[in-house]
Amino acid sequence: MPEGPARIAIAILALGGQGGGVLADWLTAVGEAAGYYVQATSVPGVAQRTGSTIYYLELVPEERLRDRQPILALMPAPGDVDLVVALELMEAGRAILRGLVARDRTTLVASTHRIYAISEKSAVANGIADGAKVLAAARAHAKDLIAFDMDELAARNASAVSAAMLGAIAASRALPFSRQRFEDAIRASGVAVDANLAGFAAGYEGRPAAAVATPSLTTEEIVEEGVRRLTDYLDEDYAGLYRSRLQPFTDPAVKREVARALALWMSYEDVMRVAQIKTRASRTAKVLADIGAGHGQIVHLTEYMHPRWEELCDTLPARLGARLARGGLPRRLLAPLFDKGRHVRTTSVSWFLALRILAALRRGRRKTYRFARENAGIEAWLAAVAGAAQCDTAAAIELARCPELIKGYGDTNARGRSKFDAIMQAWQRAGTQRGAELLGRLRRAALEDEDGTALQRELRSSA
Amino acid sequence: MAERSFRKEVEQLRIGAGREFRGEGILAVTKALLQSGVAYVGGYQGAPISHLMDVFADADDLLKELGVHFEASASEAAAAAMCAASVNYPLRGAVAWKSVVGTNVASDALSNVASGGVTGGVLVIVGEDYGEGSSIMQERTHAFAMKSQIWLLDPRPNLPSIVEAVEKGFELSEASNTPVMIELRVRACHLHGRFRAKDNVRPRFTVQDALANPVRDTERIVLPPANFLHEREKIEQRWPAAVRFVREHKLNERFGPEQGDIGIVVQGGLFNTLNRALELMDLSDAFGDAKIPLLVLNVTYPIVPEEVREFCSGKRAVLLVEEGQPEFIEHELNTILRRADIQTRLIGKEVFPRAGEYTAQVLMDGLGRFLSAWTSRPEPPRPPAPDAALAAEVPQRPAGFCTGCPERPLFTALKLAQRDLGEHHVSADIGCHLFSILPPFHIGNTTVGYGLGAAGASAFRRHDGKRPIAIMGDGGFWHNGLTSGIGNAVFNRDDSLTIVVDNGYSAATGGQDLLSSAGDGGARSTRHAIETAVRGIGVGWVRTIDNTYDLRRMRDAVKDALTTDGRGPKVLVARSECMLNKQRRLRPRFDKSAREGRRVVRTRFGVDADTCTGDHACIRLSGCPSLTVRPNPDPLKSDPVAHVDNSCVGCGLCGEVSHTEVLCPSFYKAEIVVNPNWLERLVAGVKQRLLGLLHRA
Repeated sequence: MPEGPARIAIAILALGGQGGGVLADWLTAVGEAAGYYVQATSVPGVAQRTGSTIYYLELVPEERLRDRQPILALMPAPGDVDLVVALELMEAGRAILRGLVARDRTTLVASTHRIYAISEKSAVANGIADGAKVLAAARAHAKDLIAFDMDELAARNASAVSAAMLGAIAASRALPFSRQRFEDAIRASGVAVDANLAGFAAGYEGRPAAAVATPSLTTEEIVEEGVRRLTDYLDEDYAGLYRSRLQPFTDPAVKREVARALALWMSYEDVMRVAQIKTRASRTAKVLADIGAGHGQIVHLTEYMHPRWEELCDTLPARLGARLARGGLPRRLLAPLFDKGRHVRTTSVSWFLALRILAALRRGRRKTYRFARENAGIEAWLAAVAGAAQCDTAAAIELARCPELIKGYGDTNARGRSKFDAIMQAWQRAGTQRGAELLGRLRRAALEDEDGTALQRELRSSA
Repeated sequence: MAERSFRKEVEQLRIGAGREFRGEGILAVTKALLQSGVAYVGGYQGAPISHLMDVFADADDLLKELGVHFEASASEAAAAAMCAASVNYPLRGAVAWKSVVGTNVASDALSNVASGGVTGGVLVIVGEDYGEGSSIMQERTHAFAMKSQIWLLDPRPNLPSIVEAVEKGFELSEASNTPVMIELRVRACHLHGRFRAKDNVRPRFTVQDALANPVRDTERIVLPPANFLHEREKIEQRWPAAVRFVREHKLNERFGPEQGDIGIVVQGGLFNTLNRALELMDLSDAFGDAKIPLLVLNVTYPIVPEEVREFCSGKRAVLLVEEGQPEFIEHELNTILRRADIQTRLIGKEVFPRAGEYTAQVLMDGLGRFLSAWTSRPEPPRPPAPDAALAAEVPQRPAGFCTGCPERPLFTALKLAQRDLGEHHVSADIGCHLFSILPPFHIGNTTVGYGLGAAGASAFRRHDGKRPIAIMGDGGFWHNGLTSGIGNAVFNRDDSLTIVVDNGYSAATGGQDLLSSAGDGGARSTRHAIETAVRGIGVGWVRTIDNTYDLRRMRDAVKDALTTDGRGPKVLVARSECMLNKQRRLRPRFDKSAREGRRVVRTRFGVDADTCTGDHACIRLSGCPSLTVRPNPDPLKSDPVAHVDNSCVGCGLCGEVSHTEVLCPSFYKAEIVVNPNWLERLVAGVKQRLLGLLHRA
């Protein structure tokens, strides 16, 4: 009887548009060139449009057939798959959930990069699934596991993730085919051959990039970052105010949360701060890296900004700004001027100059209407946290995290601020008996949705 | 033209006798049709048979050479009606569509053709969209076949068996004057395999010959008294003829030992999965040498009573593997056994689930229960339950609009309009636009079928309150929506808004051309504007918006239509090219020009991580795959920031959303000039130095 496995079963799990079909075609070509009878199936359909899909191949050595018709399965049976390929980390998890990865038989080759599902991306705060759990499950379920970020590797070689994956499959030795055969299949396809060969080679040598874990800052480092940021935001005195506001907080855990939240709140993003950020030299470099502009190419940047009448009033001296913001003739006459968004071409000298001037106006920030409102909010919040720190540190920590709700600009910022205020009022009313537990529940409910219905439900139930 | 070109596959259709065809199941069917001397082919695209339509659409010259007439039918009803050509003339015809939805649309014509019967063979190729990958209600084509007495083939899922089923299907149809359906499940359609080809055959009798000497026979037309004659013919002549043909040509197959204490009957299409389940239980091998007698029904209607009696008698119990419900075959077999007083027990849905796809695991479970009841084999251990903690972590992946899709801005505009005017009832349709019912848009209360979006809103008579909104794609519009929806609204003076999404293709099924496609249709006539048809049928308020990405204009047009006081139906045509097909067209040209040093501009959008505060309101209004999130670079912040990755095609919606909804100042448009001319380089150099100075100031 000819040596080598009687049959090889391969399942590829991918997202629609990732090139799973191309990968299946390459593997089919490799098998057939190596004298195997190959059957491949797929389930393309409307669910594939950005949804997850599966390709399944079975290979039988032709010399085993002696021109009889092999009866091959059209779909993978649990525990019956030799190689499972996952073109994204969560799809490796899905393969395990479908029982396709067997401890005694299956090699799992997975790319660890993430393409977030809509549920993860649209969460108000952080809805990203825990990739570590999937990797742990992969190690537990697979006979052999090869997992690294093939998308980033492919991008670095201007190639496709499917090409890098083919390299990783070749290197995994899960298939009895030489590297040469895989490369021949890419050449035979005649599509973007050079790029795909480059991606293949990178995938073949694929050394898992060291997972760069961002170390969490110590409290001192947070305070230093706060001082640096607020000096840049306004001046040394403002940074000094930040330090003095931290004095009353002695408990290390409370101080850490307050230091972080206070630094962010005191550097709220008004029109002047945005102008300052948009015209920093470091910002242009970051953009050019992000968009992958090649050398010798010229880049024009147009910012989408929409300062409204409210933002104008925020920048005016407090009393004047307050009066104009309330309404009256000037608002009716001038507000329509702010109705349309602005296309600000920051790579043009005139707009760049305008923004630099706007940024320079930050010197007068202390006198503005917005500063008055934000400062009042900060003072009230600090007092509440200090009050809670006396008797219930856990509650103080939860209170210190509440400013996290105030995010974004315009209506989004206003909604965040109203959620924050609602929780603060609930805290005043509830007093200190059910402190931390109540605040934690309210804060999480506030982050559940955009318009605050979950928070309202929670407030009613705990009133 | 279709999402991908099928030129390469068309060449495979030319290969002659003895050479090996390699490709997928649905294309093997296409080759088998040409080998069977088919005279005309029609159909309507829809997974999983779209590729059959695509490859014929790309094979005009080959079809001309063979004298085969091909039509991309306006609908499945039109395709089924085409089979009238086989009633009086010896013309072999084939039509294809997605089932059961296509069969639903075609059922009127099918009933008529099946009643009068056919002279030339008629083959209906049905893509049974059931189980994984399916997007429709889970029903069985089997019910239709029995209702109109149309024979049903369900061949074993490998290319040689499928090709033989096509050839034998024509013969069965001609032997019994009855149309024949061949049912291919999703994976069988998309199954890469091989078969030994034969030469293509020119139809002996062509559509031109029929036109040259027309034949008519009143007895073939469904009108009294002939309609009553047809029913008797079906029972007294066509049925016995079919049963005799199936038996004599041994269309059903036997595997495993001749005799046995137990046996298994299985639909042909499930044979491979059954064999693998048996193999994993050491009861068969890779070539189907099963240890239990198997009767494989490649013809599931009509059932051949003698075969059933022969197979079941002498056995204590027989297992029936029949996917889906109601279990028509189980009822038929029980009736045959009861009438023949054969005591063999028939076990079917007792051990198998009545609903859901029959995967290998489902078959192993059922087999285990049957064998433990009727043999000494112990019941196999239950498969381990999936890891609940892992299941909680792996997110669902609902379908969504592609990157830069022109339909996304329409639903962002609808979401914004409803923020001002309140929630409206929205009757949705079938197509990519149906993704609006999923996150992040959640727009659409019902869908009742392809092109039926407008008709789905016709019950809502508006007195004061809000107008009902209906969504319809250009595919559904030409398929039937123009009359069932728009014409119906005009005639009944409905006061509703219908939004026709005109992306230039039947996009969801792979981007086939249609009447209003902008490109040159080649063998087919295109560039017929939807607005013209809508005005022609009597709608007064009609507006076409040619750039759906202009969010403000889209939102205002929707609000206008919903608030204008004129009564009667309003139609808003949202027209921009499907981005998937647009990129397929433009991308190669762009790359080529860039390589050859010509000046081209790539547009791409981005998010400024320093000003983004991680609220993701922009994502909730867009959902574009290229608008994603990444860890926050700011050490003090924890929530991920929005980020546009390199798949962005520069459609501009995210920028428009942040403008119209005043979300944040983080979005920027980057225009990257590739191969700039010398003047641009000069200006850029000067600006560079000047901005450098300003940075330091």
